[in-house]
Amino acid sequence: MAGTILKAKNFNAFFGQNQVLKNINLDIMRNDVVAVMGPSGCGKTTFIRCINRMHELTPDATAEGEILVDDKNVYKMNLIVLRRKIGMVFQRPNPFPTMSIYQNAIAGYLLNGIKLTKSKKDEVVETSLKRVALWDEVKDSLHKKGTFLSGGQQQRLCIARAISLNPEILLLDEPTSALDPISTSKIEELIYELKKNYTIIIVTHNMQQAGRISDKTAFFYLGEVLEYNVTKEIFTNPKHEKTQNYITGHFG
Amino acid sequence: MTINRSYRKIKLQYIGRKEIRRINFTEASFKKMLLLSAIGLVVVLLAIFVTLLISSLPSIKAIGVGFIYGKTWDPVVDHYGGLPFLIGTLLTALLALIISIPFSLAVGLFLGEYFRSGVISGIFKNIIELLAAIPSVIYGFWGLFVLVPLVRSLETTLGVPPYGVGIFTSSIILAIMIIPYSVSLTAQVISLVPANLKEAAYSLGATRFEVIKNIILPYTRSGIFAGILLGLGRALGETMAVTMLIGNSHIIPTSIFSPGNTMASVIANEFTEATGDIYLSALIEMGLFLFVVTTIINVIGRRVIKRFSIN
Repeated sequence: MAGTILKAKNFNAFFGQNQVLKNINLDIMRNDVVAVMGPSGCGKTTFIRCINRMHELTPDATAEGEILVDDKNVYKMNLIVLRRKIGMVFQRPNPFPTMSIYQNAIAGYLLNGIKLTKSKKDEVVETSLKRVALWDEVKDSLHKKGTFLSGGQQQRLCIARAISLNPEILLLDEPTSALDPISTSKIEELIYELKKNYTIIIVTHNMQQAGRISDKTAFFYLGEVLEYNVTKEIFTNPKHEKTQNYITGHFG
Repeated sequence: MTINRSYRKIKLQYIGRKEIRRINFTEASFKKMLLLSAIGLVVVLLAIFVTLLISSLPSIKAIGVGFIYGKTWDPVVDHYGGLPFLIGTLLTALLALIISIPFSLAVGLFLGEYFRSGVISGIFKNIIELLAAIPSVIYGFWGLFVLVPLVRSLETTLGVPPYGVGIFTSSIILAIMIIPYSVSLTAQVISLVPANLKEAAYSLGATRFEVIKNIILPYTRSGIFAGILLGLGRALGETMAVTMLIGNSHIIPTSIFSPGNTMASVIANEFTEATGDIYLSALIEMGLFLFVVTTIINVIGRRVIKRFSIN
């Protein structure tokens, strides 16, 4: 199923009076990996938090314009349906400390009060942990607390938790910034695998990472999208001077 | 290199050996002072225990272990059994906890999750602190003039003897008195739940109620229990308000509407009229008994908190 899965139209976001996203227009194709880059404070994280409407959890945060997922405006969708459709992984690994690895993997079902039979639960846990290549490492300790795992394993558990609900889009907010290089490369391999089933939008500060894993890159600067293009193009032939300066390390 | 070395020399000379010795002395004596204060507290605790023990020796000798399970308390014939008061204490405290828990949990969630900052939460927090600052004799008075008639009419409706005073009335007052303590702790632990855990739950499509039920409450259960324990400690020992409202009966309570007595209220009530040596000593033994009961409950509570805590 090719085609546009996400479309931002004249989208603006605010924290109180402070405008953090200015007139964003962006089309994201199904099964693409899109890297969102830019200097700190340019609105990258705010942008992806607007897609699943986590932005509005902050007091005073407001938004204008449209973000369409499958041609439906997310601001008119039921919040619960929307968030089941769009998974999110955060900067710091945050498995639920009161839950076991097993419970973390099906936390989406537990939290939403969706009843599953024992065999269905086992199946969901196994497939989602296998998809994040964690199954072999934890299959003998499924009932231990998720917080006993290493940072990289915790982050993969969080990805498993996000994909267990079978979302269409996966939002990753600097998922490797708190991890060591080995765990980082594992997550990157994982993203490459996940791309077959999901559309992935990843915020990253790491230029090499964006180059390695993304199909397209959006360069944000002061709340605007300065450039959005195929990653290779952006890195080899940036149209904008600011983009050029950023990727060559002159600021940011 | 030379410049560097001479610079270091100057700095060392500038501080001076004597100066260093003086600093070390200050540091060491400050630490000793802190240690001394800490030891002082332990000594006071032990001294209270030992004094209570010595003063209750006559009664311990005369009555023996019967003091704990004896059902009658009759100073006229020097017969002292503390069971009615032990039951009265535990019953009022537990009932007070049961009444207070839903309220302290609700207010704790309100202040710790829904209104963490701002004018509304400020007003509520101040009022709750004020509630804790009211002297217990005022609670007793209020209970006597407002609560007792209300309970009496409730008792009439229910068809039980309408004393008005009794276990139930004392428990309500105790519940009101302990709510501020458990609320402040509950609100604090709830407000400390990491935002990233709540966000993770929201991102999975959980509603606010589901986040509270599945993330916040499991995460804070040991803190919430600590708040309840803080309230329990206060409820066990509260004297004035309970003495005014419990009805001061020496009979083992048969229902929650019966009048009764707690260990603290019997001491307060009878201390001034305790004429005989054994009578006085028995009241002191009651104090020792209360001391021990509170300690045991606290130790058990701490165990539970530890088991409840996450890591």
